[in-house]
Amino acid sequence: MTTTTRTLDPVRIRDDFPILHRQVHGKRLIYLDNTASTQKPRQVINALVQVYEEVYANVHRGIHYLSEAATERYEGARRKVAQFINARSPREVIFVRNTTEGINLVAYAWGMANLRPGDEVLITEMEHHSNIVPWQIICERTGATLRWVPVTPDGYLDLDALERLLTERTRLFAFTAMSNVVGTINPVQELVARAHAVGALVLVDGAQAVPHLPVDVQAWDCDFLAFSGHKMCGPSGIGILYGKRQLLEEMPPFMGGGEMIREVKMTGSRWNEVPHKFEAGTPAIAEAIALGAAVDYLSQLGMEQVAAHERQLVRYAYERLQDIGGLKILGPGPDDRGGVLAFVMESAHPHDIAAILDAEGIAIRAGHHCAQPLHDRYGLVASARASFYIYNTEDEVDALALALHRVNQVFG
Amino acid sequence: MYDLYAEEILDHYKFPRNKGRMDQPDLIYHDTNPFCGDEVTIMLKVENGRVVDVKWDGRGCTISQAAASMLSEAIKGKPLEELRHWGREEMLDLLGIPLGPVRIKCAMLPLKALKAAAWGITAWPHEEEADTSSPRQKP
Repeated sequence: MTTTTRTLDPVRIRDDFPILHRQVHGKRLIYLDNTASTQKPRQVINALVQVYEEVYANVHRGIHYLSEAATERYEGARRKVAQFINARSPREVIFVRNTTEGINLVAYAWGMANLRPGDEVLITEMEHHSNIVPWQIICERTGATLRWVPVTPDGYLDLDALERLLTERTRLFAFTAMSNVVGTINPVQELVARAHAVGALVLVDGAQAVPHLPVDVQAWDCDFLAFSGHKMCGPSGIGILYGKRQLLEEMPPFMGGGEMIREVKMTGSRWNEVPHKFEAGTPAIAEAIALGAAVDYLSQLGMEQVAAHERQLVRYAYERLQDIGGLKILGPGPDDRGGVLAFVMESAHPHDIAAILDAEGIAIRAGHHCAQPLHDRYGLVASARASFYIYNTEDEVDALALALHRVNQVFG
Repeated sequence: MYDLYAEEILDHYKFPRNKGRMDQPDLIYHDTNPFCGDEVTIMLKVENGRVVDVKWDGRGCTISQAAASMLSEAIKGKPLEELRHWGREEMLDLLGIPLGPVRIKCAMLPLKALKAAAWGITAWPHEEEADTSSPRQKP
């Protein structure tokens, strides 16, 4: 293990992101809504343009030059993603639209084939709606029971309750590696081991973890991992479902159509090999290739460095926000969280906070962040959320703190 | 600079008019905005087809609560039949500020509740249309 002291230089990184140089309402843009979606570096934008200008054709179809060139790039992106998360093989990497589609793929393809009345699916109170609603639908359809791991007042999973909830009836445990609201980083490896010990499969929602932390699916030993390209410098419309090969081989397809078949007869069809079995229809070709460019970009920075930068920034922000009267940060202290800070203020509704900040050119999120059960848990209907990425600076945190003081002035 | 937080709006938010409960209202309607959890209940006393008293209660952001307060002042004495035909223009005239597609929903919540009370209905006709095209959005 190397202990490198190399740190990110966000000021230099900002040069790669054209949108960060624009103004909003006559102020410099301070983009702190990275949990919702991140901005794109020139390298990714150029990759998109280059595909359409130089190598665009449908993939896995034609014998002609362009189709082969596009296919090579598309499959090359799959190899980059596999390496990025340390999958055993690119065959374990399925291109989907986003995290939501990845989770739905498992819910429908695996869930409909395997869940029976009496079976249980376990999720947690800190999940994003995308890791709740598919399981509600599939449990309803199969007669399986949905169970919830509670969250402690300070934003951690209640591991004592987990002990009682994980039983031989549990067929699948689906949880987020990092909360999109309270920022809690969950002990994935431990949770996977405990689920496997009772014979349950594990799906990890990696929408927040993969863009912000080093992720190794073999070390985690999770059975499925879903994440989105647009939250990690890539384009929207492309995401990844990782699955262990054996499981993917055993699962029936999710959607039927072109590309996913080996042979179609009027009497029936046979499926293509994985991952193509799960990629019906023409995929998001340019977006997948540009996601490969995003993976290159993050790999060059180093995910250890990305995580260290955000840890430092969130610690700084945590401290600065403590000074603001009537402001309460939700969730754990600064050490166990990723670069996400959700908070409420006594003086102002989250929408009003976000509107005042917007007038200062600062973009944050206000609402329930697609995590209503977690907000219910805290007796809230909404919160305000600032979230950081590789291009954010301590200067920007200072501007955030100043604007939050201004909120108190306006509403105090 | 803070259009949304013009002095008059903040004044209505901090010192809401006609806020409270009413004993035995003739018409009452409670509505919520599921997007942000804002809540407004409108209570009316009606005599000879005119609104003679208004109370409202609720919680939420500045825009929704100030809108409820302003609306409660504006509708007193008005014929119920006229209020049934109020729409986005009337509400935005009261607020006197431009609103984007998200905050417009906050502003319309009290009027939605009022119209539902006046019509005895639960959904506002043409709501979809009204929500997606605003001639008065911020540039």
